[in-house]
Amino acid sequence: MSDHHTKDISEVRYERPSGRIAEGVPSETDRPAIEVENLRHVYGNRQALAGVTFTVSRGEIFGLLGPNGGGKTTVFKILSTLLLPTGGRAQIFDLDVVRESHRVRRCIGVVFQSPSLDKKLTVVENLRHQGHLYGLRGRTLSHRIHELLTPMGLADRARELVETLSGGLQRRVELAKGLLHRPHLLLLDEPSTGLDPGARRDFWGHLQALRRQAGVTILLTTHLMEEAEGCDRLGILDRGRLVALGSPNALKEKIGGDVITVQTQEPEKLRDQIREKFGGEPKVLDGTVRIERPKGHEFIPQLVEAFPGQIEAITLGKPTLEDVFIQQTGHRFWGDNLAS
Amino acid sequence: MIESFFLPVGTLSWRELVRFFRQRNRILGALGTPLVFWLLIGSGFGASFRPPMAIQEMNYLEYSFPGTVILILLFTAIFSTISVIEDRREGFLQSVLVAPIPRYTLVLGKILGGTALAVSQGLLFLLLAPTLGISLRPAPFLSAVGILSLVAFGLTGLGFLIAWRTDSTQGFHAIMNLFLIPMWLLSGAVFPASGAPTWLRWVMKLNPLTYGVAALRRALYPESQVLGNPIPSSALSLTILLLFGLFIFWMSVLLAGRQTLGD
Repeated sequence: MSDHHTKDISEVRYERPSGRIAEGVPSETDRPAIEVENLRHVYGNRQALAGVTFTVSRGEIFGLLGPNGGGKTTVFKILSTLLLPTGGRAQIFDLDVVRESHRVRRCIGVVFQSPSLDKKLTVVENLRHQGHLYGLRGRTLSHRIHELLTPMGLADRARELVETLSGGLQRRVELAKGLLHRPHLLLLDEPSTGLDPGARRDFWGHLQALRRQAGVTILLTTHLMEEAEGCDRLGILDRGRLVALGSPNALKEKIGGDVITVQTQEPEKLRDQIREKFGGEPKVLDGTVRIERPKGHEFIPQLVEAFPGQIEAITLGKPTLEDVFIQQTGHRFWGDNLAS
Repeated sequence: MIESFFLPVGTLSWRELVRFFRQRNRILGALGTPLVFWLLIGSGFGASFRPPMAIQEMNYLEYSFPGTVILILLFTAIFSTISVIEDRREGFLQSVLVAPIPRYTLVLGKILGGTALAVSQGLLFLLLAPTLGISLRPAPFLSAVGILSLVAFGLTGLGFLIAWRTDSTQGFHAIMNLFLIPMWLLSGAVFPASGAPTWLRWVMKLNPLTYGVAALRRALYPESQVLGNPIPSSALSLTILLLFGLFIFWMSVLLAGRQTLGD
């Protein structure tokens, strides 16, 4: 079944949410959209979050990047008021998510990882149901539904059962569901789950249009590096701790140069030799030697000259977010191999 | 008031009904199974059924009719609440849980929807009553509707309570077989209390469903003295049903109000 990608994403138009964010919340201010302080959570005897602190500014696209089980979905659940944290504080538009959850719910739109649509209902029925839960009805509701279906290219499938739509289209209906009440903050959990790359790009186009045109703040969780690259700022979560915080470029600059990996028969031996001769802090990871060094292209010939015969293969790469992750945590994103 | 109560409750109930009527095999199953049971078992007993100390003759088809209606309520109530399990963690209910509505509207919407479904199914079956010589004049019919609604409300609420606490549909089925079916078997639907040993009679006295069956039986046979060893009076039955329904609803709201999803 071919997916209907949005014909021309530049034609998409999203309305800026008018009116107050919520009672008592000033619309124009420098106050952050989200403030998380020392957030902790324990499931049974497993500590999922061990004190996470970060803020998200209004109008920002913020990503929580991390491997599965790292705690990002827990943060998502706490922020979307689905879960009560066992410790710490989280505020959305200066409203506490625990004590004022009712008011928080009015300001946020939530898109879950697993589909929250009723497949046996039509697109419009799903949206109308959602609207009713948020106090929308009658002509206002119909108008809202229509003004969301059109930019998302769903208008011609509106009266069909959701189960007849492809994964990409269903995800768009979910997005429409979350936007119905014109929230100022959108929370998404792994929005690209189950989407092919085309549908993914398409969905991202909508998110960016939302931010650009409607000024909506967006927080999403992801384990995809490419998706994280698209965010304004990132928090990297590993085993319940925030190991890095900043824009993707700022984080990569911390690597301090290029990343060189060397394949060799005896990685530990070569690592020690390199350290002795050139200094720095080479590490062994997955049986290869990793060196972070500026101007890597100049360093490689030096390496090859110094250790002829020992080097089987050598690669040079610009730092990636996974490199940031490895640097901060000492292990790979996927798998438990520790760098030594 | 409209926005915070009627709108969410209404839309949640509406969804229950639409979902049911769009799945034809559910309708068949909910009505068909009890109908077949009733016909086969009732006919199988034939004339051999002798209610002890009965004032009037009653064959088993007649005896088991009210109980079969109650069974339909039970089945429909269970099927409508089983969706709570998957929906709650990974599906539709997620978005309901983060909506700015008080928790009891979620509970009420679900239970009212399930109740409406169960009652409509039960009423369909009730239309067979004239074949047994039971008159469906306004008075007995309306009281039957009222009783069915009360019983259905309590059963759907009970199903909701169980489903909310259960993590898998298999677990739910296990509870149903171990707890809910025996509950029906021991309600006077299948055999009268009068012939049972004392300890069993006490269990039946404590079973809320016994009062549902009794109330329905009295509503359908208003003039006759039913089955010697008297079944609970209408007044007592209705009171117990009402209290049971309210209690279960209150428990459901308390349970659903806790703001954790667990792991």
